[in-house]
Amino acid sequence: MCDTCGCNITPGNKHLVEAGGKFSHSASGHESVEVLQNLLSENDHQADHNREHFHRHGVLVINLMSSPGAGKTSLLEATVRALGGKLGIAVIEGDLETENDAQRLRECGIPAVQITTGSACHLDAHMVHQALHQMSLDNIDVLFIENVGNLVCPASFDLGQHINVALLSVPEGDDKPAKYPVMFRAVDAVLLSKTDLLQVLPEFSPQRAETALRSLASEAPLLNVNVRSAEGLQPWLDWLGEQIAVFKSARETGAMGHFRPVTGQAHVLTHPHLSQFTPRENDG
Amino acid sequence: MHELSVCQALVEQAELIARERQASVTRLILQIGPLSGVESELLRRAFPLASAGTCCEGAALEILAAPVTVYCPDCMVTSEVAANKLLCPECGNWRTSLASGDEMVLQTVELETRAANGNESTGQR
Ligand SMILES: Nc1nc2c(ncn2[C@@H]2O[C@H](COP(=O)(O)OP(=O)(O)O)[C@@H](O)[C@H]2O)c(=O)[nH]1
Ligand SMILES: [Mg+2]
Ligand SMILES: [Zn+2]
Ligand SMILES: [Zn+2]
Ligand SMILES: [Zn+2]
Repeated sequence: MCDTCGCNITPGNKHLVEAGGKFSHSASGHESVEVLQNLLSENDHQADHNREHFHRHGVLVINLMSSPGAGKTSLLEATVRALGGKLGIAVIEGDLETENDAQRLRECGIPAVQITTGSACHLDAHMVHQALHQMSLDNIDVLFIENVGNLVCPASFDLGQHINVALLSVPEGDDKPAKYPVMFRAVDAVLLSKTDLLQVLPEFSPQRAETALRSLASEAPLLNVNVRSAEGLQPWLDWLGEQIAVFKSARETGAMGHFRPVTGQAHVLTHPHLSQFTPRENDG
Repeated sequence: MHELSVCQALVEQAELIARERQASVTRLILQIGPLSGVESELLRRAFPLASAGTCCEGAALEILAAPVTVYCPDCMVTSEVAANKLLCPECGNWRTSLASGDEMVLQTVELETRAANGNESTGQR
């Protein structure tokens, strides 16, 4: 709760909150206080503070979310192998237990801090802040936060990141966006991971996955990713490269706070299979 | 699920307000939308646990469910839709914007002043 900045108090509801406001007092010793504050505002304040850390160091921060086993750590390993020489990469790993994932990334030669959440099924901004104070962001260009494997709640907690990415692996089935709308409508890109398995799982339809995603009013690009081959990683590397380029130019003009993820070249919005949702084709 | 941690945040917010006024909490009113990521039913179950031993213990928890509605910029209408089908029901457009349904808001805290009964003389008027 924020006493100092009154973040959820708008001109429209201010009078309700101020002492002596319409709802503030009643005669019987009962009092009704209109608060109108987000239940996670404490987390949101910490997330803003984290963002200040990131901006002081000029670091782009990407939050990776998915079910357990969709391939987040494998994607990070492959990304480090592909870009590690050219780019300063660091990782914060969230897991219920074990240092395994952080260890896997250290073996790739990058700094990685493990957060073990115990029973908490998501990372929150406070946990990320603690991890930040255990690592140096000097010479880091991109910080990845691998969230706890869970399609339900990580989306509700701002960590201070600039970009949210969800992985949807082929073995999970193409209807996941329809089943987990809170998560999928919150992300800036969806990676269809393990696409090498499409040949053995023909029941997975990338078009159905995309239709389910668009049904959430999401413009997020859907990128095919497979870490088992160099070509399989390329769509992700291209998209990531675009985000980094846009972030760097925002950094040069001191406008990091205004950075927004770009949809990227893999622009899928005119996909013909979505015609049922777009009755007018690009009438601009 | 994280309803317990959301509930703890709720209790902390309410405690700050109650402490400031030296009062105890009798009722909390929340707005929870289906796209907020928290389940009202789980919140209700977590509340006695999160509030035990605080000034919210025993308070009534009232949860107002906000409907999921989207605004279509083409039709300029707002319509109620399902949480996983945020298309405009009029024209099928998927480039809509959410008008309501993702709230996770503490709307009202009702308090009872501890000195309420013996202290009427200091009241206004
Ligand atoms: N076939 C295939 N398997 C993958 C791919 N990416 C990850 N995996 C496998 O999926 C399993 C879980 O991967 P991991 O990266 O630990 O998932 P995480 O829990 O999301 O971090 C491991 O056995 C990986 O080898 C991929 O692109 N193709
Ligand atoms: Mg992992
Ligand atoms: Zn700090
Ligand atoms: Zn959680
Ligand atoms: Zn419409």
